[in-house]
Amino acid sequence: MFRNNYDNDSVTFSPQGRIFQVEYAQEAVKQGSVVVGVVSKTHAVLAAIKRNAEELSSYQKKVIAIDSHYGIALAGLASDARVLSNFMKQQSLASRLTYGRAIALSEITARIADRAQTNTQQYGRRPYGVGLLVAGVDAKGPHLFEFQPSGVTQEMVACGIGARSQMARTYLERHLESFENSSREELVKHALRALKESLSQDKELTVENTSIGVSGVDENFALYEGQDIAEWLDATFENREGGGDDEGGDSMETDS
Amino acid sequence: MNHLPQAWGRPRDDVYGSYDHSHFQTAGPNQHTQSPIVTGTSVVAAKYKDGVVIAADNLASYGSLARFTDVKRLRKFNDTVVVGFGGDVSDMQYLDRLLNSLEIRENYSTTEDPLNAKNLHTYLSKVMYKRRSDFNPLWNHLLIAGLDGQAKPFLASADLLGTTFSSPTLATGFGAHLAQPILRRAIPDEASVQNVSKEEAVKLVKECMKVLFYRDARSMDKYSLATITKEGVELNEDLKLENQSWAFAEQIRGYGTQTA
Repeated sequence: MFRNNYDNDSVTFSPQGRIFQVEYAQEAVKQGSVVVGVVSKTHAVLAAIKRNAEELSSYQKKVIAIDSHYGIALAGLASDARVLSNFMKQQSLASRLTYGRAIALSEITARIADRAQTNTQQYGRRPYGVGLLVAGVDAKGPHLFEFQPSGVTQEMVACGIGARSQMARTYLERHLESFENSSREELVKHALRALKESLSQDKELTVENTSIGVSGVDENFALYEGQDIAEWLDATFENREGGGDDEGGDSMETDS
Repeated sequence: MNHLPQAWGRPRDDVYGSYDHSHFQTAGPNQHTQSPIVTGTSVVAAKYKDGVVIAADNLASYGSLARFTDVKRLRKFNDTVVVGFGGDVSDMQYLDRLLNSLEIRENYSTTEDPLNAKNLHTYLSKVMYKRRSDFNPLWNHLLIAGLDGQAKPFLASADLLGTTFSSPTLATGFGAHLAQPILRRAIPDEASVQNVSKEEAVKLVKECMKVLFYRDARSMDKYSLATITKEGVELNEDLKLENQSWAFAEQIRGYGTQTA
């Protein structure tokens, strides 16, 4: 069960200079379903695969709107993400109320990073078991930030985290040059294609299991799910046969 | 030690005699500032085509005594805002420290979107409203002049009750009665701001400062004047009123030694 003597808490270094609890937390991120983020000069897009725990249950929430100018996509423990997103909502609202200013994405990312870092340096705490992509538009234009349980944050042009996300990242790396000047629609397509790459052979993107969040310059962050994304799916995967027809009647109608 | 927690940390009765607990009880409710003590008079400001001009004299009065004659009542905040303070000077100094700490916090934060005049006005109005809701108001009337998020000229006021108001021209205190009509004659509405140059606006505000010095017994002929544009803040804290003419004083009848 235990790998060694140095993984009982997040305040102890191993002799190799590693903090195992933080690394385990990063494993939790890898087990979450994949989420992808891309930015152009004008837009920031998040796309995610939703999972349902069982046939009868609803799908897990993967993309959360935080403020009118940005949202997050999560991979890992959803409950940790909920705590973080509540904190982000509070901080964003506080900025709007006290200064009448939309909080900068770099600022809100730094604030959750500080919280995550504290968890890696205090006894009796555990790191967040969730990775986030923070995407939106602030006074300095569109941004995408990656947040990890270790408290590391980075600004990205495109990013994918979660299960099998390496395939998505490979797609994004191959098309890196085309993102900057992409239109809104093209950017959504890139995000969906990257998402598709990381799916196992027998899985498809459907209106049920896909979430898309879009924000742009002079355009509020909006979450698209269900029938609202049917057209995007059709346009992105034209040659596919009857998009997800094994999933039920809903997606059949979208092909007509 | 005694078994009563109330007595812990206090001198022992058996050694020092019984403790006088009346020191801990103030008679009646908390007392907060119910009137200003050392005060600054009017602040005058006007928008023009590409900026805002704001002025206030350098006097702090102790009642009717001209107590301090080199008090700077215009405060620069980063490169786009100037705050003008009317009212209590100690509360002004408190707000000055508050703005200092805010500025430091902003400079240390990662944001590349500095607080503009509109943001600062929102913030200060909340500070003022919070304090009035605590029944402990900051006895000031503030004018916040600068540029807003779109780099357009911005001018608004916040007073000790947290009331906010915005207009192409504003004046606090005595100036609200004496300078405001003069300002409105030149700049009646938002549209007319576009027809006013910097030189005209500065001349207008200087004229107001002169009228205020003529008629406001709590004013002084030394004053500060600032202009805020895209190029930044130009603040002069050592100006003197020019071309005064007291000829009108001869005409004044009805008080003093004259008889009608």
